[in-house]
Amino acid sequence: MIASAFGVLFDGFAYGMLLFLLSVGLSVTLGMMNFVNLAHCSFAMLGGYVAVSVTNDLGWPFLVSLPVAFVAAAVASVAFERLLYRRLYRATDLDQCLLTIGIVFISVAVAAYVYGTIQQPLNVPSYLRGTVSVMGQSVGVYRLFLIGVSLLVTLLLVATLEYTRFGAQVRAAVDNQRMARGLGINVDRVFAITFALGSGLAGLGGALAVEIVGLDHAFAFTYLVYVLIVVAVGGLGSIAGSFVAATLLGISDMAGKYYFPELGAFLIYFVMVTLLMWRPLGLFGRR
Amino acid sequence: MTSSAAAEPQRYLEAQIRWRPLEIAFWLATLLPFVLTPNYLLLASQIAITALFALSLDLILGYAGIVSLGHAAYFGFGSYTAGLIAKWGWGEPLTGLIIAAAAAGLLGYLTSFIIARFRHLALIMITLGLGLLLAEAANSASWLTGGADGLQGVRMWKLLGMFQFDLFGTTAYSYSLAVLFLLFLVARRVIHSPFGLALRGIRENAVRMPAIGAASPAHIRKVYTIAAVMAGVAGALLAQTTETVSLETLSFQRSADVLVILILGGAGRLYGGIVGAIIYMVARDQLSGINPQYWYFWIGTLLVAVVIFLPNGILGGLARLMPARRSPA
Amino acid sequence: MSTAALSTRGLDKSFGSLVVAKNIELDLPRGARYALIGPNGAGKTTLINLITGMLRPDQGRIFLEADEVTALRPEERVKRGLVRTFQINTLFPHLSALEAVTLAVCERRGYAGTWWQKLPAYPDAIEEAYAILLSLRLGASCYRPTRELAYGQQRLLEIALALATNPKVLLLDEPAAGVPQGESAELFSVIADLSQDIAVLFIEHDMHVVFRFARRIIVMVGGRILVEGTPAEIAADARVREVYLGGAHHG
Repeated sequence: MIASAFGVLFDGFAYGMLLFLLSVGLSVTLGMMNFVNLAHCSFAMLGGYVAVSVTNDLGWPFLVSLPVAFVAAAVASVAFERLLYRRLYRATDLDQCLLTIGIVFISVAVAAYVYGTIQQPLNVPSYLRGTVSVMGQSVGVYRLFLIGVSLLVTLLLVATLEYTRFGAQVRAAVDNQRMARGLGINVDRVFAITFALGSGLAGLGGALAVEIVGLDHAFAFTYLVYVLIVVAVGGLGSIAGSFVAATLLGISDMAGKYYFPELGAFLIYFVMVTLLMWRPLGLFGRR
Repeated sequence: MTSSAAAEPQRYLEAQIRWRPLEIAFWLATLLPFVLTPNYLLLASQIAITALFALSLDLILGYAGIVSLGHAAYFGFGSYTAGLIAKWGWGEPLTGLIIAAAAAGLLGYLTSFIIARFRHLALIMITLGLGLLLAEAANSASWLTGGADGLQGVRMWKLLGMFQFDLFGTTAYSYSLAVLFLLFLVARRVIHSPFGLALRGIRENAVRMPAIGAASPAHIRKVYTIAAVMAGVAGALLAQTTETVSLETLSFQRSADVLVILILGGAGRLYGGIVGAIIYMVARDQLSGINPQYWYFWIGTLLVAVVIFLPNGILGGLARLMPARRSPA
Repeated sequence: MSTAALSTRGLDKSFGSLVVAKNIELDLPRGARYALIGPNGAGKTTLINLITGMLRPDQGRIFLEADEVTALRPEERVKRGLVRTFQINTLFPHLSALEAVTLAVCERRGYAGTWWQKLPAYPDAIEEAYAILLSLRLGASCYRPTRELAYGQQRLLEIALALATNPKVLLLDEPAAGVPQGESAELFSVIADLSQDIAVLFIEHDMHVVFRFARRIIVMVGGRILVEGTPAEIAADARVREVYLGGAHHG
């Protein structure tokens, strides 16, 4: 009983960490510019496919494919931001939703065209496979790796935010955009960089996701819902919020699937709706 | 105040809501499929149903400004209610329709209390969440809904005791078109009423409404319920004319599709949903041979193009070409 | 001694350590023409937000004539006659001025809930709205969408919307904000001509306008009421001169 509870917690936490990587970028950029980028998971999907191509076709090591996925997603996001998103910063929520949903549709179709609709195989190196014994419990090595990477990323994010000048600018821009501009902060540039970083992280998440949840052409859609839940529940513009919400969601989902399989996804949606009703701005939201 | 001076604003407002010749021509044209394309009446029936569904979304989105990603909940709820009533032995279409409409309306009314309390992202997420919840529940309750196989054994009796639903679609289209027209008249009246004006006020500036003494939540609950009834009727029509109900009627896919359709035609313009439905359904029918992935590619591109170049949909674009007309949009 | 149209007792509000309102005691008699002045950041708009219910006070009570309204929601206070206008135009961009004012009238008359009758079926509401627009010299342009109106006309529309609710107490937040000096005098003469039944409190920075149209002036500084008196008393008050009148004022 305890063993399975631990297993649920561990797997749930790992899944949550994956969701965190996928969501944190969206939370911060939504909080900063109020730009509803529903195509965020398309960048994640791009990262996933890049990692797959790089390891399978180019034969590069898996660990190298991770930063490559990050960079690919970041670069792609810069292109989109320049060409399309920039025109809609002052458009309505609805228009931004629609534009970015259109991009999701396109990305899903392109992925299906290029890679087909089947799940992508990924050759994870042998030292990341199998299980290891931690405190008498058997845990998956890959999941441990995933947690490690995510925590490292979290530390880097928090350190950047707290201790660098750029981080201070980001915090100011999220808190009060008008005032930040008034203080001479180039909010547009801060946003562009943050957006690239956030999309890059999503790409990294996509690459890491292949082994855990699988990658197919519908990834951009499937995980959009989860990412939106994390962002809405965690609160816009909050790294801590995304972290907590992602963990909560990951564990609830795992627990739901394990203990109440008949309920399916019912539990997460229910948790989300109730949490949002209690706190419409999210757990850590401020606006 | 001379009576002639006071009559001018009255006349202006009357002129706003008068039936335009183009509208009358449009509704007469809806009879053409009986004559011109008798092989496509089932499709025409589907278009009418989708148009009704899009119209119901327009009431909450185009006029009250509520972005809903879960409107299919009411469509599917109406569909399953009508289907179950027929399956359980009562196949009379009209009464089944009314019961389904009432059921969807009740669901709409209950959920409207939640909806009316939120705005922005929280509202979008809650509509999404509620829709997903209902879809999941229907999936799990396969003893009731038939699950992934859909509802079996839906047998409809003759409409008005005379007209059988058949594969030719004559009855289906007549039925759907008549219901669409009736509810269109209702929607038209709602939009041109003081209540419709209040809805536009909420959409235009929600902050100003309490400052003029308006209780916006009550207005939102009311329009949401009306929209749920209309969506439920559309769903019921689908169940009755096709004699099947599937989980797809409750899906996020359907909620997203109807949103695309409405935006394509132009939200807040009364006919936008109908125009969007016609274009979307005809295109999908003509292109149905093509790989579904290509369909989504083109829909995605269309969406991006519409947002950037035609932000008010097709009707909005047309309206810009005809500046003389001032429509109450 | 008749009850004041509007009074507040001990109104307090703080955001953390920032005190935006401290022990505000106000009495606005019927037919008042009061001005609320003070340096930027003194808490004048915040006070209006507190009185109208858009902001909840930490402490204190608000009375409309004899009734306490502290617990009422903003729209309920409007229904009782406590109305405000906004410093920044808060209008309905795509509605025509006529539609906007008619909406306000319909809300007041309780027509706004009827969805089965067309709007022209309420000629009384339309006539009333039109009359208000005429009285504010907006009659000719009332058919155009609000966003096409000139700025000065939009400021007048702000007032028209407020008047449509049949106010007993009218709180005007910088009604002439952004309006060139020549036009602001005209705007204020409209305010001065308002019915003597209405108690008016307006926030204003232009001292010429204040001294011309106000019968009493309230001075706020740092969330507190510094002093209250007739224009002559205020002009002579050394504290006021030091805090406010001595400095540059924005027209």
